[in-house]
Amino acid sequence: MLYIKCPWCGERDETEYHYGGEAHIVRPENPDELTDAEWAEYVFMRTNTKGVHRERWVHSDGCRRWFNVARNTVTNEIVSVYKTGEKPDLPEAATTKPAQVKKAPAKKAVAKKAPAKKKEGA
Amino acid sequence: MSRFSIFSLARNAMSWHQNWPRQWRSPDPKPEYDVVIIGAGGHGLATAYYLAKEHGITNVAVIEKGWLGGGNTGRNTTIVRSNYLWDESGLFYENAMKLWENLSQELNYNVMFSQRGVMNLAHNLGDVRESIRRVNANNLNGIDAEWLNAEQVKEFCPIINISKDSRYPVMGATLQRRGGTARHDAVAWGYARGADDMGVDVIQNCEVQGLMIGNGTVKGVRTSLGDIKAKKVAMACAGHTSVVADMAGIRLPIESHPLQALVSEPMKPVIDCVVMSNAVHVYVSQSDKGELVMGAGIDAYVGYSQRGSLHVIEDQLASAMELFPLFSRTRMMRSWGGIVDTCPDASPIVGKTPVKNLYVNAGWGTGGFKATPGAGWCYAHTIAKDEPHDLNAPFSIDRFITGALVDEHGAAGVAH
Ligand SMILES: Cc1cc2nc3c(=O)[nH]c(=O)nc-3n(C[C@H](O)[C@H](O)[C@H](O)COP(=O)(O)OP(=O)(O)OC[C@H]3O[C@@H](n4cnc5c(N)ncnc54)[C@H](O)[C@@H]3O)c2cc1C
Ligand SMILES: [Zn+2]
Repeated sequence: MLYIKCPWCGERDETEYHYGGEAHIVRPENPDELTDAEWAEYVFMRTNTKGVHRERWVHSDGCRRWFNVARNTVTNEIVSVYKTGEKPDLPEAATTKPAQVKKAPAKKAVAKKAPAKKKEGA
Repeated sequence: MSRFSIFSLARNAMSWHQNWPRQWRSPDPKPEYDVVIIGAGGHGLATAYYLAKEHGITNVAVIEKGWLGGGNTGRNTTIVRSNYLWDESGLFYENAMKLWENLSQELNYNVMFSQRGVMNLAHNLGDVRESIRRVNANNLNGIDAEWLNAEQVKEFCPIINISKDSRYPVMGATLQRRGGTARHDAVAWGYARGADDMGVDVIQNCEVQGLMIGNGTVKGVRTSLGDIKAKKVAMACAGHTSVVADMAGIRLPIESHPLQALVSEPMKPVIDCVVMSNAVHVYVSQSDKGELVMGAGIDAYVGYSQRGSLHVIEDQLASAMELFPLFSRTRMMRSWGGIVDTCPDASPIVGKTPVKNLYVNAGWGTGGFKATPGAGWCYAHTIAKDEPHDLNAPFSIDRFITGALVDEHGAAGVAH
């Protein structure tokens, strides 16, 4: 369960909110001129960030207002909450994508993953 | 490869089962392969198997960052069925179903495929209409499907609550008798063993961290064990597809979400089929060990943490209780999550990419286990011929540009 801090109401359980997908996807200003590929980019393509992801939430069981959250999709840590229309810079450390900067030496990777807790679905 | 049989079982019994050979090697990566497959889940391993078996391409590596079968393959609720609505999906999943029906023999490995019947419940008039339409569509495609009314549902699964007083009364169900479950780990192990026997290298604990690309053509992969050259590279990395595709600058319509499942303490047999309900969000079967295996819908947000929120599980158990009041005192033993790669039309992407010799198999979301043999079979064809098979041609990335989506939200629902 995430705890999310609504900019108006403060910290509440995730169950009070609804997720609204990736933030800052701007509706094209010139729809008549868009190619099919450009429409596909707007409608379907998503960043799907592993790391800090900017996304929209709505406080549906509270003030019913939309706002933005920057959340680390690996740790679920919420890095920043800000209002619609804003787009603050995030702390440098929060924006690096773990998947790409990680250059773990082979041995370390093995050591980390070997004592795997096997998850078993029956 | 030493084959499993009644004789090998008896022979090994004499030495207290201490002398069974290893089922696959753990080789060091070679400097170069004809094909490198990223991800040793069921899909990646099946692809390697059919590349070797059907196309004679054996200089193949399957590279896995964890242990083989440790992704969604080892975390799913193992429901197998082929009763999808549209011709494209119906034919695709039915091809997989036919491969399932002979898989244990094919692999000489018991994947415990159990055709116990899968029921999809309908709880309102919309569900009923959609379900009957799907039964008819399935029959037209030669896929077995039946419509059951509420009494017939009760007859097929006696512990189900069909009271008219419940919040979402059961109004009927579709039934696919050939559907059922399989042993997920065995599927990965069986394909790994078969592929290894034909010369495929399965390399575990090796993470792909970059792709080597020149002139719009893929040349190999950069891994935690060093660079490996490859004539062709094929993604089969489920929840991490966007991360790997990003290494080639490719954008996809995929979003990764946590999907959770849980099992109860083992108990005596109470349910001998699979019951799924999209409207009340739960699906249940019972494992051979006696555990109730249950799953629900995805967590709403994008996530790579392999764990979800507790309230999703609470909702799912409330739904299970409504359908099966009998479960009220059952204790749950453990829960877990996987990262599923969802696509906007609830159909997968299997085909070529804008980068030459780089292929993608992804977007299976919450329901790709059932497709494992068929996806591997079609994907191997696509890689070997550099051209999709007729069965997977409709599942290209291009469909999101042309608009030829294969909308299976009705058949896929929350579930599988
Ligand atoms: C809880 C749950 C329940 C489900 N229930 C069902 C069901 O009942 N029926 C059904 O049909 N489907 C179900 N599914 C979906 C199904 O499990 C998946 O669609 C299917 O298993 C995907 O197989 P795969 O081989 O593509 O993926 P995976 O088994 O996830 O394999 C992908 C592999 O790629 C590896 N990988 C990722 N990135 C890298 C990298 N950079 N380098 C190297 N390796 C990498 C991963 O470690 C992983 O092992 C369920 C899923 C979950 C999570
Ligand atoms: Zn609020």
